Amino acid sequence: MQKNQKPKPIRDLGLMRALIAKHKRFDSLFAILGIFVIASLTVTLLILFIDLVIDGYPRFSIDFFGNFPSRRAARAGILSAWVGSSLVLVVTFLSAVPLGIAAGVYLEEYAKKNWLSDLIEINVSNLAGVPSIIYGLLALGLFVYQFGLGQTILTAGLTLALLMLPIVIVSTREAIRAIPVHIREAAYAVGATKWQVCLQHVIPYSYGGILTGVIIGMARAIGETAPIITIGALTFIAFLPPSPVGLEAPFINFDWLNAGFTVLPIQMFNWISRPQLAFHMNAAATGAVIIMLTLLMNGAAIKIRYNIRKKIKW
Amino acid sequence: MVKKKIVQKSKHNEVVKAESKDLNFFYADGTQALKKVNLPVYENKITALIGPSGCGKSTFLRSFNRMHDLYPGNRYEGEIILYPDNTNILDKRVDPIEVRMRISMVFQKPNPFPKSLYENVAYGLRVRGETNKRVLDDKVEEALKGASLWKEAQGRLHDLAFNLSGGQQQRLCIARALATEPEIMLFDEPTSALDPIATMNIEELMAGLKQKLSILIVTHNMQQAARISDYTAYMYLGSLVEHDQTNQIFTNPSKKETEDYITGKFG
Repeated sequence: MQKNQKPKPIRDLGLMRALIAKHKRFDSLFAILGIFVIASLTVTLLILFIDLVIDGYPRFSIDFFGNFPSRRAARAGILSAWVGSSLVLVVTFLSAVPLGIAAGVYLEEYAKKNWLSDLIEINVSNLAGVPSIIYGLLALGLFVYQFGLGQTILTAGLTLALLMLPIVIVSTREAIRAIPVHIREAAYAVGATKWQVCLQHVIPYSYGGILTGVIIGMARAIGETAPIITIGALTFIAFLPPSPVGLEAPFINFDWLNAGFTVLPIQMFNWISRPQLAFHMNAAATGAVIIMLTLLMNGAAIKIRYNIRKKIKW
Repeated sequence: MVKKKIVQKSKHNEVVKAESKDLNFFYADGTQALKKVNLPVYENKITALIGPSGCGKSTFLRSFNRMHDLYPGNRYEGEIILYPDNTNILDKRVDPIEVRMRISMVFQKPNPFPKSLYENVAYGLRVRGETNKRVLDDKVEEALKGASLWKEAQGRLHDLAFNLSGGQQQRLCIARALATEPEIMLFDEPTSALDPIATMNIEELMAGLKQKLSILIVTHNMQQAARISDYTAYMYLGSLVEHDQTNQIFTNPSKKETEDYITGKFG
């Protein structure tokens, strides 16, 4: 040993190394556990999806998307179902998004923080967890019977909007909370009103998070079956709703809102409940379409969030 | 009352631009952050507020643009009179937005909006309803020149503000505050997040700015207060201990506490 060396605080290097090695074992143990859980989930989903694709593969063709359902499995298609799903989603989007954003902004920026706002907050979070069939029952009582909207695209769209609303509200609030206080104060300090701050700062800056919530909500809505069955969607439908755009003035009509309809998951449910195996093939193909749509939407959400995060760094 | 221009002269024989009178401030949880503070802000002078952390200097500064109104439960007592029109800016009948249009603020951390340089500087004007492109262009240029950022910003007005360095961002924030031609500018430790060179730039900038307006600055850095300010106020535990010409405070303070703080015996 050298003479001038100061006394080391570490007395026993061997003991310390053993201790670190022991702690590190927990590190790797946890990492392995995590990988196992994630892998088993992903693999399950993947197997399910591949199975659907294999089962339904013979049915994938232009005709499948262009044909109405039919008594003969080989000629049946999902035209009325995907058109119905799209139109319902348009209604859902147009009603849930403005309402949800407005509610989120109000709760975050305008509402006084007291027991009432706490109560509303708890309620909104809980609404996101309510089983969807409950929304179906509510819609049946409220929209179909009380408001007399009938078993229409409008009713279905509004029902799914109820389902999606809490997701939009929660993600709007979270996105708004992520805006740093000093940016908000900067806007107020130059003399902006609350409304100007919301419109010109809060909403644009939380846009990414809001959009993510909207897309995830839509992805959930597209697969919902229970509430749509409850309000009485048709299961066999061989016609399309009136077109929203016409060739004659005023070029836009809203008759489609009052049309009967079916949606993708109901079509799938219908086919799977038939005894003939050929129809099961159709159901598998429809399932694959739904999963692909959901994955596409979630992928878009992730991409949008990534792009916006890259642009805004606080 | 007869409407006439009230020119308030102080004991220092300066023109008073604003003045706090027996200002008390209470946060929502009931803590009293300011205790009977009487402090003038002189026209075309830099007044520096110094004191240990938590002494209320930032609270005092943020009373001048009613920033505390953004959070519920905060309460002011007393007055801050703005001259020459003799308005009590703490009066409930005076809209805080009107106050913020007359008194602008630069924050501790550079806080540009995630927008372009141009939009950052033009924002205050847009809020005031200015839509004429030519007027906006002119005022943005003028403000950027005033904040000595024009040379660097000229070619990249439509770049995002985040692409600037920290010091440039802070000068952009000064330009934003300057564009609306405020009567007073508040600086809340504007250089505490910046490196020495950026700090020097901003200090030089402030010395030029006082030709046009009055400045109130909170600083943790006593050398900075000594370098740039004309008047210095020392605060402790929510009270104003001493207020005098800067060289007086730093060379010959009248109170023992001030001297202890300045010489580093305390704080």
